[in-house]
Amino acid sequence: MNPPSLRRRIAIQTQDFVLQHELDALCEGDASAGAVTSFVGLVRAWGEGSEALELEHYPGMTERSIDQMIDEAARRFDIRGVCVVHRVGRLTPGEQIVLVAVTSSHRRAAFEACEFLMDWLKTQAPFWKKEITDGVGRWVDAREQDDAALARWGDLPGAVANAHAQRG
Amino acid sequence: MKLTVRYFARVREVLGPVEHWTWSADAADTPQTVGDLRAWLVRQSEAHAQVLAPDQGLRAAMDQAMCEGSHPLHDGAEVAFFPPVTGG
Repeated sequence: MNPPSLRRRIAIQTQDFVLQHELDALCEGDASAGAVTSFVGLVRAWGEGSEALELEHYPGMTERSIDQMIDEAARRFDIRGVCVVHRVGRLTPGEQIVLVAVTSSHRRAAFEACEFLMDWLKTQAPFWKKEITDGVGRWVDAREQDDAALARWGDLPGAVANAHAQRG
Repeated sequence: MKLTVRYFARVREVLGPVEHWTWSADAADTPQTVGDLRAWLVRQSEAHAQVLAPDQGLRAAMDQAMCEGSHPLHDGAEVAFFPPVTGG
């Protein structure tokens, strides 16, 4: 079972985040945390005329999905705390879009859990991106590589193939 | 039976964010599974048929958890249909 002391913060927000503030909050007062890893995703330009991304999500399910993935990470890795911040709304190239940070006693669990959480988030958390290029919107397609990235972690309760969604 | 049906991304753009459907207790066409519901919705309008057609690679959730089409429905369930997710 999860350590009762596992810290978790899940935030879905339009506003930007400050990495150092999030890391400070995650580590504060936890003298047994010997490592903190973080991944920050940025909005990458997708070509000429890249204007903005519009991010939509499923309020309620998003938080539940991330909560579930943190439970699974805590079962697999010896971690002490997790912070996930995901932005929604309109974002322009270069802006921060997502943060996953993990604390643990020793570095390996923090590195691995951070990567595991990002792989889960990419294919299981209900977010959708629309690229606005020269004023024209286009929904982004899911990538098969992201499913493959999650599959290498083995059997995952509740995880469903994404890019090859069921027909019918 | 009453169901709340939510749509997201390109499906939402065509059908709107939410629908509420009710079947009387003796209705013969009451869907039993999430897949039944999708097939039933396809018969409700041209727009539903277009975006929920079997060849549209969609995912589904019931009560805010991802599920397969074989997942059984219950009265009061919240079902959602949406394209593959693209967060992160």
